[in-house]
Amino acid sequence: MITLGFVYVLAGLTFALFAALGVADRGNPKRFGNAAFWGLLALSMLGGDALGDFGNGLLVLALVAIAGTGQIGRAPGGDVPPEVQAERAARHGPFLLLVALIIPAVALAGTFLFKWLPGLADPKQATLISLAIGVLIALGVGMARLKPPLLLPAQQGRRLLDAVGWAAILPQMLASLGAVFALAGVGEVVGDLIGTAIPEGSLFGAVLAFGLGMALFTMVMGNAFAAFPVMLAAVGMPLLIKQYDGDPAVVAAIGMLAGFCGTLMTPMAANFNLVPAALLELKNPYGVIKAQVGTALPLLGVNILFIWLFAF
Amino acid sequence: MLVLIGILIIIAGFVLRFNPLLVIMASALATGLAAGLDIAAIIAAFGKAFNDTRYVSIIWIVLPVIGLLEAYGLQQHARSLIGRIRSGAVGGLLIGYLLIRQIFAALGLTSVAGHPQTVRPLVAPMAEAAAEAQNPALTIAQREEVKAYSAATDNIGLFFGEDIFLAIGSILLMKGVLDGYGYQIEPLHFSLWAIPTAIAAFVIHSFRLWRLDKRMRAPAERGA
Repeated sequence: MITLGFVYVLAGLTFALFAALGVADRGNPKRFGNAAFWGLLALSMLGGDALGDFGNGLLVLALVAIAGTGQIGRAPGGDVPPEVQAERAARHGPFLLLVALIIPAVALAGTFLFKWLPGLADPKQATLISLAIGVLIALGVGMARLKPPLLLPAQQGRRLLDAVGWAAILPQMLASLGAVFALAGVGEVVGDLIGTAIPEGSLFGAVLAFGLGMALFTMVMGNAFAAFPVMLAAVGMPLLIKQYDGDPAVVAAIGMLAGFCGTLMTPMAANFNLVPAALLELKNPYGVIKAQVGTALPLLGVNILFIWLFAF
Repeated sequence: MLVLIGILIIIAGFVLRFNPLLVIMASALATGLAAGLDIAAIIAAFGKAFNDTRYVSIIWIVLPVIGLLEAYGLQQHARSLIGRIRSGAVGGLLIGYLLIRQIFAALGLTSVAGHPQTVRPLVAPMAEAAAEAQNPALTIAQREEVKAYSAATDNIGLFFGEDIFLAIGSILLMKGVLDGYGYQIEPLHFSLWAIPTAIAAFVIHSFRLWRLDKRMRAPAERGA
């Protein structure tokens, strides 16, 4: 039976290959930092279960130390020239899109297939296993037709990952922080505090506090991912899910989208809101935010309403 | 009460733009200490959680495929599809782009479009040209507005499309955090619950683009 272990081996080998290619990249002044970072991640994927809890903790500290001291960089350039890309796009365009669609199609089909035919793969992890299979199929189909140099996908993939940098593990780190919050009982404490602010027994008041809190925390921090574990610990888990028995999938999914409404309204999310204003040479650096507020506010209201309607 | 220090550290650290990984680690350590755990226990707890949520970071295995396709011109192909939106009107054009952006993002193709890839070279100039055709006396302020709406449309299409894809970072983050509380949920459930909001976002923003279109048709009233 295929388990998540198969996906971890695949991911570990991918990161290990990125690390090896990274060491050889002399154009990157921080190539050793990059290689160490992706190498440690490969170790975590391949051997995490053998490291023990404290060993994994040390591994995380090492990752944080590499990223926190600015040891991750990227080599400039290396893009395929635009003329070459355009010429290839004219030849292969529809095929490229088709290959790209293989991944979500297999992920979705596999999710249902593995539930329907139990015993092939761990049904609890059907989606992630199917995703990995989809990646392998897409890569095989693409390589067979395009016949690129053998290492081209890995090289280009590594360049894309180097561009993401340490942010590649931000979601995993935040998920882990959420677990520490849970262990320390952060949710209970904030839940008690907020409980006094929300009228006793007011379900709608609790939903409102959760939705607005997601948007506000996201605006302050510029990042809905960071706001999520905080607001879930504070309101989502103790009140909406535990006390009022809300559907955790709805509370989380739509709560995250309420946070995205906050992202549209804050200069702290510079990548999305300030950088494009500069890129388009707008006179008002907040012009993009101004254009977004009118959509973000009603949509936030809709999200709060949706949680209230769908989760309970 | 003291355990809330972790939340304060997260907020202050993100606002002050420290490296987020450092901020997260500091928050975890402070929260654990405040809860009466010793350092070694906190490190072990964080390490266990990190190991248990490795699936959050497996999305990067798609990068070799994306890298291959982009080297062979996937972005150019997406651009030519967007260039084919046939609408002489600024509203129709941006609504068409919103729809395409949402669909691409929902299929996991978040990087085929974006501000440097499509908005600056393609969508903003096309929108500006359409607005100019509608109203030759377009003011500078109106040009700015059309360009700002082009960027806004890209953000909205991305944000409210990507969460429909099964294995995007935010979905796996939600799965990881809820796992920490003992709730095991398949990514598909989060994906499905992103669809109502995606539709609402399309309706609300399309309505605003339609109003933008009407504003661009009216004779210019504001001075440049």
